[in-house]
Amino acid sequence: MFSTDILIPTVLNGLMTGAVYALVALGLTLIYGVLHIINFAHGALLTAAMFAALFAYQLWGFDPYVAAIFLTPLFFLLGYGLQRFIIGPAAHGEDRNILLVTLGLAVVIENALLYAFRADTRTINLPHAFDVIEVGTTFLAVPRVIAFTVVFAVALGLWVILQRTDTGRAIRAVAKEKLGAELSGIDVAHIYAVTFGLGTACLAIAACLLIPTYYVSPHVGDAFVLIAFTVVVLGGMGSVPGALIGGLFIGVVESLSGFYLGESLGQISVFVMFILLLLFRPAGLFGAGT
Amino acid sequence: MVEPLLRVEQVSKHFGGLLALDRVSLSADIGRITALIGPNGAGKTTLFSIIAGSLRPSEGRVIYDGANIEGEPPHRRARRGIARTFQIAQPFAGLTVRENIAVGTHLLRPARADALGAADDVAHEVGLGDGLDRAAATLTVARRKRLELARALAIAPRLLLLDEVLAGLNPSEIRDMVPVIRAIRNRGITIVMIEHVMQAVMTLAEHVFVLSEGRVIAEGPPDAIAADPDVVEAYLGRGAAGRTVAAGHTHA
Amino acid sequence: MKGLAPIVGTMALVGTVPLITSSNVVLNFLVMVFLIALVGQGWNLLGGYGGQYSFGHAAFFGTGAYVTAVLQMHYGVNAWLSFGIGIVGGAVVGSAIGALSFRSGLKGSYFALVTLAFAEVLRIAASVAPITGAGVGTLIRLDLRPEAFQFQSRAPFYWIALGLVGASLILIRAIEHSRFGAYLVAVRENEDAAEALGVDPAAVKLGAMTISAAITAAAGCFYAQYFLFIDAGIAYGPWISIEALLAPLVGGIGTVFGPLLGALAVRTLGELGRLMAGDAPGLDLVIYGCVLILVVAVAPRGIVGVLSGLRGHALSHKAALPTPLERDNG
Repeated sequence: MFSTDILIPTVLNGLMTGAVYALVALGLTLIYGVLHIINFAHGALLTAAMFAALFAYQLWGFDPYVAAIFLTPLFFLLGYGLQRFIIGPAAHGEDRNILLVTLGLAVVIENALLYAFRADTRTINLPHAFDVIEVGTTFLAVPRVIAFTVVFAVALGLWVILQRTDTGRAIRAVAKEKLGAELSGIDVAHIYAVTFGLGTACLAIAACLLIPTYYVSPHVGDAFVLIAFTVVVLGGMGSVPGALIGGLFIGVVESLSGFYLGESLGQISVFVMFILLLLFRPAGLFGAGT
Repeated sequence: MVEPLLRVEQVSKHFGGLLALDRVSLSADIGRITALIGPNGAGKTTLFSIIAGSLRPSEGRVIYDGANIEGEPPHRRARRGIARTFQIAQPFAGLTVRENIAVGTHLLRPARADALGAADDVAHEVGLGDGLDRAAATLTVARRKRLELARALAIAPRLLLLDEVLAGLNPSEIRDMVPVIRAIRNRGITIVMIEHVMQAVMTLAEHVFVLSEGRVIAEGPPDAIAADPDVVEAYLGRGAAGRTVAAGHTHA
Repeated sequence: MKGLAPIVGTMALVGTVPLITSSNVVLNFLVMVFLIALVGQGWNLLGGYGGQYSFGHAAFFGTGAYVTAVLQMHYGVNAWLSFGIGIVGGAVVGSAIGALSFRSGLKGSYFALVTLAFAEVLRIAASVAPITGAGVGTLIRLDLRPEAFQFQSRAPFYWIALGLVGASLILIRAIEHSRFGAYLVAVRENEDAAEALGVDPAAVKLGAMTISAAITAAAGCFYAQYFLFIDAGIAYGPWISIEALLAPLVGGIGTVFGPLLGALAVRTLGELGRLMAGDAPGLDLVIYGCVLILVVAVAPRGIVGVLSGLRGHALSHKAALPTPLERDNG
């Protein structure tokens, strides 16, 4: 039962899945770290991105890895628009209202997809989706290895943006001290929207990475996002390294418990971990403060 | 010698690497007004929070009415008779003035009608008698301060901690508040007040503690404190004592 | 309007409907309105009066529904007794979640998240557990006798549902005028200030959550009895968590009649949507989501707020603190 022949692939698979969780969580934690809101619409946006990637392939034949090139800026703009023109104005700055507005958005997006595309799950059949590479005694699916690598590339890219560009500096300033940033002339509404856009762009990339091996349905985003929430709480709200490490960790935990306990109990175990974290250690491992 | 109602013994407080309070000891005699003064950042509000129970001390203890109240949460201390106002007024914004005060009067009165009636009485005592049906959010700064005071009085406290209750008031508003505070003391309530408005401290306080950088640097009657060179230096900087004309009363 | 008169009057008026019409369409629609109003009343106590927004009230609705169904089908317990036990079951789940959450100091978004998570755990558990019928769901056997809480015509169901709503209105009003209610609202407005006045915030929130859960569970019990079929998605699904908060929000958060007015508005909107665009799944929730955003943006105090505004009230539950520069003639 615990032989390395089974354990190693399970762990490696968990790491690769975890990388994608980390990417989804990165968007969430970035949004939290700067806007200090929990984006309840994150799951629905991921679902929308996956549908977009699906149609890019089915209608125009774009391989998901290619589609990512134009979907990412597209979703950046979508996120920017949502924050700038809907969430920001509707909430009047009150925390409780922001909760409700992002929830409302989630409901609208998900159910619009449900209404338009029904509840059937769809998959795409990519020729290279079943390629494997051999690592030691294990075979790893190529798309998942690619996903793993891309996530780290994106994390690096985000780091560069945040540390080396003017916008990145402005984002960090707003995250640390909004009033001060505002007084220094930074357009906070714009920065909020840019951050939200970055978070949504991460989702577009994650969607393209998932599509070769995952199914698409109007509720698929939910499953990922509750896990992403768990990752964010585990790694610490607002912490980018926390999201990465947390994501990998949760991926492995889910993989192991899914293997030993079956799928449903595996899901439940992630939820239970989430609840326990919220109750006993909401600051997480690298908490940047609530 | 009557036991003081409040005794703070060797209280220290660390926030991470920062030492906010360093073995602070003070006491408040029953039925008297004790002032706590000192430059900004000295740790005065932190000390209040520890007395009221919303912060726990890193060391030391708080003795109230002869009992060590360590570990008791704020609401338990309120029921014991410790009331506090907040430096930045925190009204229940969506409620009327009367409803705000009633939250306090309810402590001793389960029935709504009783609590509301008693709230009216408390309001009149601090001069908020008109406008009881106004939303607390619409009050001016001066009236908010009175509301803070009214709410604290509403729980019929024995110890009243006033945190800069005069801050932000203009001179005539201060003149109006001073007799109100004195009247509260005359009812037998022990008052500890954090204050920057020196004229009020001079007229009201019977005993003064001076806190600077987390330490008590002086204590005594108001006149002695005003003449104390260490106190002047704490406020105005090194060497200032020599440069300042000995002032028994500073004019705000 | 003073006293219980508005409540009693409204109930009496609405109670005459089955005497005027025997249209099942109308009665069904109104029963659903009452059901959602009841769910909303529960949510409103915790969310509107208490300021703690739960995104997982399905946890209580579903528990009420499943307890009622399972007790009758698997243990032969009398339907009315099962109803009562279902309410207790919901209250127990509510106080468990509340105790865990509030003792840990969870607030705001974190509290919303944890309630969401609990509801999801229950949903997944119900979808695989044998006792709840797993993926297939649970049927309550048809047994059209009043002793089995089933009736030939819709009218008795209508009056029972209306009665439940009326009871909840009276209960909420009583709380509004009690010390508990004053403490609850104080905790909503400013927890620290309330604590300084002797209020135990965790205890107050826990009490509100328990009562809130009981009220919502009653709606779940009734649902099971009325439709005679539930599954994990119906009992613990997001749809009910969303309607739970939408009805009070639209009708008037933190008011006695808000959830009822809101339920009427929301359900009417849903029906209109169905009439215009057919029965495809998802459409009603799209409408609800848009309504949610619009209400928050434009009319955060809901229908009751708009009506009061027309009557010139100055008081607002959501009044923001003016900046230090703002002064008036007070």
